[in-house]
Amino acid sequence: MNDELQLPRAARIFVSFVTLLRSNGFSIAPDQTTAFLAAIELLGPRSLEHIRRAGLATLAPPPERRATYDRLFDLHFRGSEAIEHAEGEDEETVRLQEEGRGEDEPPLSDEANESGLAAARGEALVERRFAQLSTSDALRRLSREASARLPRRRGHRRMRARRGPFTDLRRTLRDSVRSDGEVLRLGQLRRRLRPRKLLLLIDVSGSMKARTEENMRLAHGLLQAVHTAEVFTFGTRLTRVTRPLRLKRCEQALTAAAHLVSDWDGGTRIGDALQAFLAVPRFGGYARGAAVIIVSDGLERGDVSALRDAVAKLSRRAWRLSWLTPLATGPGFQPQTEALIAIQRFVDDLLDGGSSAAVVSHLLSLGRKVA
Amino acid sequence: MAVRGTIVGIDSPEALEKALRAAYYLADEGLATAAYLGLALGKPLLLEGAPGVGKTEAAKAIAAVLGRRLIRLQCYEGIDASAALYEWNYPRQMLAIRQAGEESIDIFGETFLIERPMLAALRAPDSAVLLIDEIDRADQEFEAFLLEFLSDFQISIPERGTVRAAERPVVVLTSNRTRDLHEALRRRCVYHWIDYPTAEREARIVMMRASSVAEQTARAVVAAVGKLRREPLSKAPGIAEAVDWAEAATLLNKGGARWPDAFKRSIGVALKDEEDLHFIAPKLDALIAEAAA
Repeated sequence: MNDELQLPRAARIFVSFVTLLRSNGFSIAPDQTTAFLAAIELLGPRSLEHIRRAGLATLAPPPERRATYDRLFDLHFRGSEAIEHAEGEDEETVRLQEEGRGEDEPPLSDEANESGLAAARGEALVERRFAQLSTSDALRRLSREASARLPRRRGHRRMRARRGPFTDLRRTLRDSVRSDGEVLRLGQLRRRLRPRKLLLLIDVSGSMKARTEENMRLAHGLLQAVHTAEVFTFGTRLTRVTRPLRLKRCEQALTAAAHLVSDWDGGTRIGDALQAFLAVPRFGGYARGAAVIIVSDGLERGDVSALRDAVAKLSRRAWRLSWLTPLATGPGFQPQTEALIAIQRFVDDLLDGGSSAAVVSHLLSLGRKVA
Repeated sequence: MAVRGTIVGIDSPEALEKALRAAYYLADEGLATAAYLGLALGKPLLLEGAPGVGKTEAAKAIAAVLGRRLIRLQCYEGIDASAALYEWNYPRQMLAIRQAGEESIDIFGETFLIERPMLAALRAPDSAVLLIDEIDRADQEFEAFLLEFLSDFQISIPERGTVRAAERPVVVLTSNRTRDLHEALRRRCVYHWIDYPTAEREARIVMMRASSVAEQTARAVVAAVGKLRREPLSKAPGIAEAVDWAEAATLLNKGGARWPDAFKRSIGVALKDEEDLHFIAPKLDALIAEAAA
């Protein structure tokens, strides 16, 4: 076969447009290309606008990347110059409004390191290694017990059961046919239990620096264990990291997430971050009926009213709201900071989040709790 | 690619837009194009957008234009086959077995089958439009199942065999985007993101939907709603809310309330969240005055 199928000349420019889109990260299947060509044929096309709309309808670029699509379209069909190659604002990042306060204050972890002694450093190193070991233990425990002990909700579907509140008419009928239409035993059904949504919000600001990496590992472990979890990080920005953390291999996932998050170890505006989270309807929906876990020290600078409002709103939407802070060390913990006192009455649990083991054991205890 | 034959009298997006307008739906060019392509290519139409921008209304208008019945499947968490496809009428089957006595009887006949929306649409592809509403609410399992349905348009009933559509039925899917739909689902559909309409178009929609509303009222409401949408509210008012607000204010005005006051008192039909109301209350006067100007 040496006479290969050749694209008609007129179609080449359209197919190469699809190639251009793909090379810019749009995922487009071959049959979408076919549909694109068919759509162009159907529409005439009488103007470039027709082609643009045919592309929008059949190639289905996600709405947030519409601007990129338009730019590429102009580049390809109009040959316009001065196209910035930079991608638009990433869809998963919500930038908080800059207010110019709190930004340049030094992160708290630096203040804590008072003694410059080498011995102290060595000790810190040992502690770190120990922490990592217990992290991997905690993660192992999480993956082992996740399916049995993470919270669940009652699903809509029914499953057959020895005893249950519903009659299984289908099975009863089937069985009765065997006995000439006589019903000898009523089959029964009960509601199936499904994993409840989990929402993990991780503070990655400077004051949480020491905990950030382990928290991210934990988030990765959680996402590997259940498919109903969502993970966000916040500091000066709010970033959804669920997608990169779904990658199987931990190091790879963490690297991918690290690229996405741009506010590591920076300042914190927890209130603003949570408000931003609630303001995006798609994100806010993740909290509805979910077990919401916030891992943060709650060191909010300045006015706490934004934080209090956001937490109040979140607690109404969530099934159960837990706030895990490294500051809470004992069982009799009483919050001292203004922010934690403000939110205390809205959260269901205000517990220790100072080690992976503590976070994991709280996660695994959620299954037994009621809202 | 199988291009379906002509659709009665509609041979371009502009013709479809005109027909939709006759069915009291003002579509913008993007929507008209996507809907036309969906119909002509025989692909499902996937509409996404914020709540209240008229996704479901679009499906109703398309059904009206085609002169077909609208079969609506409302999705929810945990929706399953017996709610979406078909179910056997068990009590009836049981009675039939009792009555038949010694005779043999086929209890999987037509009379015992309860059609649910998807099966109903499949069996009458030329007289129905299937609307699968708020697909983002259904679980991922249902989405995967839908994938199969939308590519082959067939359903297999174990007791009876496979039901296949004689032609591709018209299917419209809507989503509020509370979660991402699977890429594979988007791929099978013609896609359109419905945005909030321009002020001009929205004013026309309000007047078309609520005939009692004066043009000036409609414009004021649309301007006010446009401003509300830019505020950080937990639920921004959609088009339906704009229509309701205009109607409510007109009604109050006829009952004797003065203009800016009529808007203010009927804010409850536009914003339905206590916190949003609380948040907007201090700014409301200025906002309405500005919009009415």
